[in-house]
Amino acid sequence: MGRDYTIFIPEYLAAGSAAAIVAIELIWPRFRKDALAYLTALAALAWFVSSLFFIGKTPGDFQGLIRTDSFTTFFRLLGAGIVFVVALMSATYMRERTKVAAEYYGLLLVAGVAMVYMAAARELITAYISLELLSFSLYILVGYLKRDNLSSEASLKYILLGAFSSAMLLYGLSILYGVTGTTTYDGVAHALATRAGTTDSAVVVSLMLVLAGVGFKVSAAPFHMWAPDAYEGAPLPITAFLSTASKAAGFALIVRLFSTAFQVDAIEWRWAVAILAALTMSVGNLIAIQQTSMKRLIAYSSIGQVGYMLVVIAAMGYGDAKVGHDATAALLLHITGYVISTLALFAALTAYYNRTGNDSIVGLRGLAETQPFLAVVITASLFSFAGLLFFAGFSTKLFMFQASTSHALMWLIGLAVLNSFISLYYYLMVMRQIYLFGPEGGLTRFRVSPVLGVVAGALLLGVLFIGIFPAPAFRGAERAVNPLFDLSAGSVHVVTR
Amino acid sequence: MTFDERQGYIVLATLAAPLLAMTLLFFVPGSKKMAARYISLAFATIMLALSVYIFVAYQVHGGDIQMQLRWEWVQNVAFLGKDGISLHLGVDGISALMALLTGVVAFAGTLVAWKIDFRTKDFFILYWMLIGGVYGTFFSLDLFFFFFFYELAVVPLYMLIGIWGSTRKEYGAMKLTLMLVGGSALIWIGIFATFHQTGLGTFDLPTLWKAGADGTLTPEFQKVFFPFFVVGCGVLAALWPLHTWSPDGHMAAPTAVSMVHAGVLMKLGAFGIIRLGIQLMPAGASFWMPGLMVLGVIGAVYGATAALTQRDFKLISGYSSVSHMGYVLMGLATLNQIGVSGAVLQMFSHGVMTALVFLMIGALYDQAHTRDLKDFGGLGKVMPMWVIFYTIAGLANVGLPGLSGFTAEFHIFVGTFQTYPVFGALAIFAAALAAAYMLRMFSIVFFGPFNPRWSSLRDITPLETISGGLLIGAMLAMGIWWAPFLDRVGHSVMLLPGVTG
Repeated sequence: MGRDYTIFIPEYLAAGSAAAIVAIELIWPRFRKDALAYLTALAALAWFVSSLFFIGKTPGDFQGLIRTDSFTTFFRLLGAGIVFVVALMSATYMRERTKVAAEYYGLLLVAGVAMVYMAAARELITAYISLELLSFSLYILVGYLKRDNLSSEASLKYILLGAFSSAMLLYGLSILYGVTGTTTYDGVAHALATRAGTTDSAVVVSLMLVLAGVGFKVSAAPFHMWAPDAYEGAPLPITAFLSTASKAAGFALIVRLFSTAFQVDAIEWRWAVAILAALTMSVGNLIAIQQTSMKRLIAYSSIGQVGYMLVVIAAMGYGDAKVGHDATAALLLHITGYVISTLALFAALTAYYNRTGNDSIVGLRGLAETQPFLAVVITASLFSFAGLLFFAGFSTKLFMFQASTSHALMWLIGLAVLNSFISLYYYLMVMRQIYLFGPEGGLTRFRVSPVLGVVAGALLLGVLFIGIFPAPAFRGAERAVNPLFDLSAGSVHVVTR
Repeated sequence: MTFDERQGYIVLATLAAPLLAMTLLFFVPGSKKMAARYISLAFATIMLALSVYIFVAYQVHGGDIQMQLRWEWVQNVAFLGKDGISLHLGVDGISALMALLTGVVAFAGTLVAWKIDFRTKDFFILYWMLIGGVYGTFFSLDLFFFFFFYELAVVPLYMLIGIWGSTRKEYGAMKLTLMLVGGSALIWIGIFATFHQTGLGTFDLPTLWKAGADGTLTPEFQKVFFPFFVVGCGVLAALWPLHTWSPDGHMAAPTAVSMVHAGVLMKLGAFGIIRLGIQLMPAGASFWMPGLMVLGVIGAVYGATAALTQRDFKLISGYSSVSHMGYVLMGLATLNQIGVSGAVLQMFSHGVMTALVFLMIGALYDQAHTRDLKDFGGLGKVMPMWVIFYTIAGLANVGLPGLSGFTAEFHIFVGTFQTYPVFGALAIFAAALAAAYMLRMFSIVFFGPFNPRWSSLRDITPLETISGGLLIGAMLAMGIWWAPFLDRVGHSVMLLPGVTG
């Protein structure tokens, strides 16, 4: 229960840079906006490198509230990586659209920091505050283009629904505190294991409220309504951030919370998670078919992806520590692959959007001729989402479903595979526009800006690397979840009633 | 390094060649069309040579699986045990023959694709991706990689047909892709269930086969999940009633793709039924095979009947493929040595002869721009070589002794009569129908009154002649001296679990 301030060093760097970036624009209002982006990327890089030093160290602990174990390190690296890429993606995009960009980049870094503490929190209030820090940063970022009506509308909708879900989450947490009398994850787990049978209904209500609250943050159906609008209205790089960092952070919180605090009461929530997963993947994939805007298509497709990821949480509830360990390791691998694929997709889309200003699916017509490289990047990411060929999604999704397979969840696995199949249809509809038609509107071959080109190329290599050599990333993911599960037999006692 | 390991590297080289060709072509500028063609031809030649080598070097009296190579890929992570997933390659008598088929058809297809002038480089990239997937599936002894390569072979078809195809290409491409990937979704579920049920922590196929034989996969489990694998693979093998993608897909596909598609890709389905059905789930196979027999017979008779009424060349061949793949399924369903061997021989025979048929249709369509039977007549006058080649393919189709079709179908019929005499009779009826639709087409197109509109048609080009000659050579080889083929196949078929002598 010590107060070790050194464990926050990476975030000192990130948050300190955020303050510095805001200060720079305050002092030199004419500071180049794309230079701010590169500064942010540099800060993210420093953050990433300093996080590397935590690999293999004994876990740090701050008063039992925050823990920097390998799980935290994993999300630190992921968060810093996402901020790095999103900052580079924003450079041209934001320069062309705003006069003040410092808060944008500052908040980007802060949102990344919030993600880390969602993964690191071992106490309910800390987790809640981190989650709100992320949400508030995102409310502003989504509405950052304030002259754009769509952006403002998206922000307002996101705030209203977000506040609603925060209230649900808080209500659930307070009931939980009423039952258990503690807010630390370990304390909650202990109190739930030893509680009297008469508290059943209160516990179920609180678990459902918590599930709804976090379900909103990861946009699980039926709490997904905000996502398509927020995705569509937000600046393109923020859409990328929403569909990667925000989801990864949500799952970081869910995994740690459910595997440590709630695992003893798995029987009370696992069925609900399974239903949530089934609903989320089906709603996401079926509605995605009808979309005409690329951003909305990705919004719904990412809702579908959340459904697949929730299968792992359900499997954690139905299985023992071994199943939980294996499935969450595969989940972290899948999240890594998903994040890289999504960022690659958005890097390509941003490059295309900077040039054409068109974000409809039909607008991609003839891309194979006007910009074959972007066409390849988009194809690779979409096939990765669909889980095909030698791209990341193939092996990671297969591992994730395989680890989650059990007798009780066979129906859900079957549904997930069916949904992957459905998703192929709308990915092919995008492919069809890119490859089967010629370009329209006199668009001829154009060049991609070098920064976006390199970013997209590097991410494409990442998608291929995870697809072809998943072993190193899988090992890393396994090490990340090791502290969450005690694999010595009999240590996890599921309350069976 | 032992001899077998060294041979394993030959297998690896065969698999790597198309993938290497693909990667290399990626860096060739799109405007350098001849370069793309020559690179492809070079690799096609290498693949043909390596495939012939694998077929010849497979020792009939050696172990069942030869030329093994095993590279660890992922192991000792999470649910994967010490064997985990490895790139485990090897050939048995069946896959040796399939490798030969792939080499021959891929080479012939490359020559035919020479004509393609629109985005030539992209075409060959996707073409080699497809061929790589086909080789990979035939060589893989690891369930993960088996499925990986299976998907790799299916997905490029969407673009190959969608971009370079003809009649209703978008519809055909989408229908084909969705049906085939839908089939692989079933295989996916089967894989999850099988891995979980064995609890061995490995995707290694020989290990899983052992688990299937020794009861680790209980008979009840096998009965439930056998259909997942067999229907999933069956879609690709044009299993009735899931064959409907096949005629539409063939009609839309460009010539070289039709050749490879009907020639080798459909064989992946039947091959999957052997690997994942018969070998992995012998108890499930003995329970479900009568059902497969019924569907196979329906496919054989239905395909032949439908071919009898079509007017489009490609639809005739598309339905005739359904009919011939019906024979393959029947042969597999007999579960006796003669029948199953016949099915594998038929996979080869149908592969080369359909490739030749599609080659000939393509040669005509590229000049005439129509494929309607009724438009033609008396083509023997202007395209004698074309008529001769097509006739040979057609006669193999009908099962004329001396050509591969006879050898294969004879074995299937004998096998079927041993176990299901009634279905054997129906199969022979289907063969009679095959003669009817082939002769009907010959009489209209080759002989009939000459239509002067076609007096400007030229005979097949030298490239097409070489390509077709190669295929005819393969057909004659199996038709006249089938011992080397049957020895290899029969050797491995005898060792399949549940197959009677």
